[in-house]
Amino acid sequence: MKVLNTEELNRKFQEKIDNDIKIEPNDWMPDAYRQTLIRQISQHAHSEIVGMLPEGNWITRAPNLRRKAVLLAKVQDEAGHGLYLYSATETLGADREDTIDDLHSGKAKYSSIFNYPTLSWADMGAIGWLVDGAAIMNQVPLCRCSYGPYARAMVRVCKEESFHQRQGFEIMMKLANGTPEQKDMAQDALNRFWWPALMMFGPSDDDSPNSQQSMKWKIKRFSNDDLRQQFVDATVAQAALIGLTIPDLDLKFDKKSGHYIFGEINWNEFYEVVKGNGPCNKERLDARRKAKENGLWVREAAMAFSAKRAIKKSA
Amino acid sequence: MTNKDWPLWEIFIRSKQGLNHKHVGSLRAADAEMAVENARDVYTRRSEGISIWVIESNNIHASDSSDADMLFEPSNTKVYRHPTFYDVPDGISHM
Repeated sequence: MKVLNTEELNRKFQEKIDNDIKIEPNDWMPDAYRQTLIRQISQHAHSEIVGMLPEGNWITRAPNLRRKAVLLAKVQDEAGHGLYLYSATETLGADREDTIDDLHSGKAKYSSIFNYPTLSWADMGAIGWLVDGAAIMNQVPLCRCSYGPYARAMVRVCKEESFHQRQGFEIMMKLANGTPEQKDMAQDALNRFWWPALMMFGPSDDDSPNSQQSMKWKIKRFSNDDLRQQFVDATVAQAALIGLTIPDLDLKFDKKSGHYIFGEINWNEFYEVVKGNGPCNKERLDARRKAKENGLWVREAAMAFSAKRAIKKSA
Repeated sequence: MTNKDWPLWEIFIRSKQGLNHKHVGSLRAADAEMAVENARDVYTRRSEGISIWVIESNNIHASDSSDADMLFEPSNTKVYRHPTFYDVPDGISHM
C-alpha cells in the first residue's frame, strides 16, 4: 500500500468532504477535525444530560397524570440522546469517563440555557416550545454533518424530539387560553426564556471564530446568526397565535428582507453564564457530580453481579 | 473496584420479521443480559424493533479503511459479471 504524506491525506480528506462523502470512525482525519468534533459532540451530550435537570424539577408536580407521563417520556428521551452522543464521541477515541469528568470539573461546557431556573409549571411549556424549538433548528442541519456517527445520532434525536416541541407549545397554548393567572404564568415564562433561547445559537457570526472552519468541514451547515433568524421568524407567529407577546420592543417585520428584525442580545449575560456565573450553574454541576458519586455503588454492584453470573454459567 | 466504564456493546436491531438485524448504535453495560435490557430501553421505545443482538465492541473485527480502494476496487475490467454485459435479442422475456 502506498503511504500518503499528511498533505496528501489532508487533500483527500477535504475532497471527500467537498463531495459530501461521510467520514467514518476509522477513516483518516486531521487531528483538529477530531478534536473539534469531540468538543462539540461532548458539549452536546452534556447539554442533553444537564437539560434533564430543569425539567426533572417538575415531574413530581405536573398538574395531571397525562402531563406527568409526557414529561417523563421527554426527560427519558433526553437521557437517550445524551447516550447516543457520548457513544459518538467514543467512536473518535474519547474516553467516556474522562468526558463526563470534564463536565464535572467545569472544563467542558454545555448549553447555557440550562443554567436558568424553572420557577413555574409554565416553564415546562416555554422550554419545550422555545428551547427544544431552538435545539431542533440547530440539530436538523446536523443530520447532514460530515461525520457519520454524529449525523446518524442526530437523525435519531430529531425523530424522537419532534414531539418535544409540540408538547411544550400545547402547555403554553392551554395556559394562554386559561384563566388570567394562567395566561400571566405563560407570559412570564416566555419573558424569562425568550432571550436565553436566542442565545442558544451561540455568539454572533462576527464573534464566532471557529464557525468558518466548521462550515468548511461541513460539521456546521448554517451560521449562528442565520439559524437564530430562522428561529425568530418561525416563533413570532406562533406566539401571536396563542396571544402571547414576545418581550422585545424592537421586534418588527422587515418587508424588504421578509425577516423579523429583533433587538440587541445581552451578550454580557451570555458570556457570564458561559463562564459559570448564571443563576443555576453551581446547582446543575453539583447535581451531576452527586449523581455520579451516588451511583457508583450501583455500577460496581452490576459488575460484581455480572461476574457472579458468569461463574455460575461456566460451572 | 475502580470507577471504570462498563464494557462497550454494539447494538443490532431487527425492525420486523423477515428483515436482517441492523447496527443502530452502541451503549455500555456490565454484561450481555444488561446490554440487551438497556438496548431495549434506549433503542426500541417507539416500536423500532422486535429482536436485539448485542456484541461486545472489542469482538468486532473490521477491514482497514485505508485498504478500501484496494479491497473494494470496482473490477471494471470484469463487466461480464453484470447482466447488462449480455445481449438479449428482442422478443425474449423472463430473462
